[in-house]
Amino acid sequence: MIWVIHTLNGISFGILLFLLAAGLSLIYGLMKILNLTHGSYYLVGAYIGSTVIATTGSFILALIIAPIVVAALGAVMERFFLRQFHLDELPQTLLTFGFLFIFADLSLWIWGGDPIMLPKPALFSRSIDIGGLGYPTYRLLLIGVGLLVALILWWFQERTRVGAMLRAGVDDAEIARAMGIDVSLLFTLVFAVGALLAALGGVLGGPIIGAGPGTDFDVMLLAFVVVIVGGLGSLRGALVGGLVVGLLDNFGKIFFPEFALFTIFVPMAVILSFRPTGLFGRA
Amino acid sequence: MRRYSLVILLAIAIFAALPYVLPTYYLSLTTKILIFVLFAMSLDLLIGYTGLASLGHAAFFGFGGYVVGLLVVRGQVSEWIALPAGVALATALGALFAVLALRARGSYFLMITLALAQVVWGIAFGWRTLTGGDDGLPGVKRPTFIVSLADENSFYYFVLLMVGLSALALVAIVRSPFGHALRGIRESETRMLALGFNVWRHQFAAFVISAAFAGLAGCLFVYNTRFVSPDVLHVVRSAEVLIMVILGGVGTLLGPAIGAAVIILLEDFVSSLTQRWLLILGIVYVVTTLFAPRGLVGLYRDYFSRNRKR
Repeated sequence: MIWVIHTLNGISFGILLFLLAAGLSLIYGLMKILNLTHGSYYLVGAYIGSTVIATTGSFILALIIAPIVVAALGAVMERFFLRQFHLDELPQTLLTFGFLFIFADLSLWIWGGDPIMLPKPALFSRSIDIGGLGYPTYRLLLIGVGLLVALILWWFQERTRVGAMLRAGVDDAEIARAMGIDVSLLFTLVFAVGALLAALGGVLGGPIIGAGPGTDFDVMLLAFVVVIVGGLGSLRGALVGGLVVGLLDNFGKIFFPEFALFTIFVPMAVILSFRPTGLFGRA
Repeated sequence: MRRYSLVILLAIAIFAALPYVLPTYYLSLTTKILIFVLFAMSLDLLIGYTGLASLGHAAFFGFGGYVVGLLVVRGQVSEWIALPAGVALATALGALFAVLALRARGSYFLMITLALAQVVWGIAFGWRTLTGGDDGLPGVKRPTFIVSLADENSFYYFVLLMVGLSALALVAIVRSPFGHALRGIRESETRMLALGFNVWRHQFAAFVISAAFAGLAGCLFVYNTRFVSPDVLHVVRSAEVLIMVILGGVGTLLGPAIGAAVIILLEDFVSSLTQRWLLILGIVYVVTTLFAPRGLVGLYRDYFSRNRKR
């Protein structure tokens, strides 16, 4: 039964990673931007969430306000800074790294250097019984919400008009533009949605892994591994990659506590040597 | 050509005279600048000349430094072995990373080099019994190569010699047929393939050479601070050296050297005024990208050619 618990832990962490990697992957798929600020969206999302909870006491409100604020930050970054360096990866890297530093230092300034843990919402603060062992319902909620988000994203991409435009943009931005699709607006929209998902991950992950100085780097790195494993530009890759990395990380920490990173990176290196663009990625 | 050698002679004279002019604090700052000049130039060989943007170059810098630190502190090994071992093992790590990372290009290359470097950082951070973890390894004493290099003056001359020789080697490399082939690869891999060049082997060689010089810089850095901690391996270091290269000007060896000096001096100046160095550095990144995307050397050239046209 203990293995069911471990597996559930791995899956819930994997779902969290999916929320992070989905945005990273979508942004790359459409704009070929490697967004190094993505971990900061998580961090800032968690911090804003903590402030909202501290002032209003409502977890739901935190889940709404933090992602919206961070989505606006993402949109501003895309519109006013990244826009002019389309397909030029060195300036993009520098800009996003610059924003990573700016967000990190501003967060340190505003929220201080002590790591924080967000409180769980009251309704999901208890445990249920799984084969004689208590399991926190919050993690189950996380899995549920994550799968719901995955479903919404899938529906959005495959069944809506904007989703079709998005797929056209991913396939060939130039032709899509020529067909009369407002690719420019699409860019901003996708950047905002990516930031929103990461901030959502920040609030949802806050009660489990918390946030503090350096979390932005840790989270960014994990999201990178997920998209390297799953393939950039693919939602399915982000979901599968997230679950693979989440489970590997969880079982790695159990079996090889000293070398936890290796259980993630060795499979990454192996996948890389056979499929350089990841499991579901396109060249 | 005569003007060139005059400038070089003048530079040598100035650098040789510095210990007699500068106070000790600024001399050790100059030593630090020289070390980062080497680090930035090593990265530029990869980015500017080969067209491979790495975001994990601190791995080689830090690994070389850790080898020296571990051998000296834990092993009491002679500096005649420790320094070459540091460079050699950093080079070997470069070969390993090159094999993995060169399967990919562009953003994937950036991500993979970053992820691999972070593994090395994770080992240094986690393996407390060997590396001391977060606390690092203090007590790396300065080496004695024939003469003791313990005081700031003689260590400065040692660093000057090593960095000077490395810079000459790098200039020779980029001017050699090999260096021209690298630039060809940067411009168009497929064309170089069609011309019969083994592109992968050239990129591999550039990666390994770059790692070797970064490793040497790391060894010097650890000898300079007499201390090694996971900071030398962190992705912030990788990003810092990247901004040095870009701020100075990609694809010119002089540019990264200027960029390194500017960033180190700015860091020294800003951190004496405020705690918010990271914020300032972030703003420098953004402003540089927006207003000098081709670096200071690029700005200077633009200005120069505009004046000439007039």
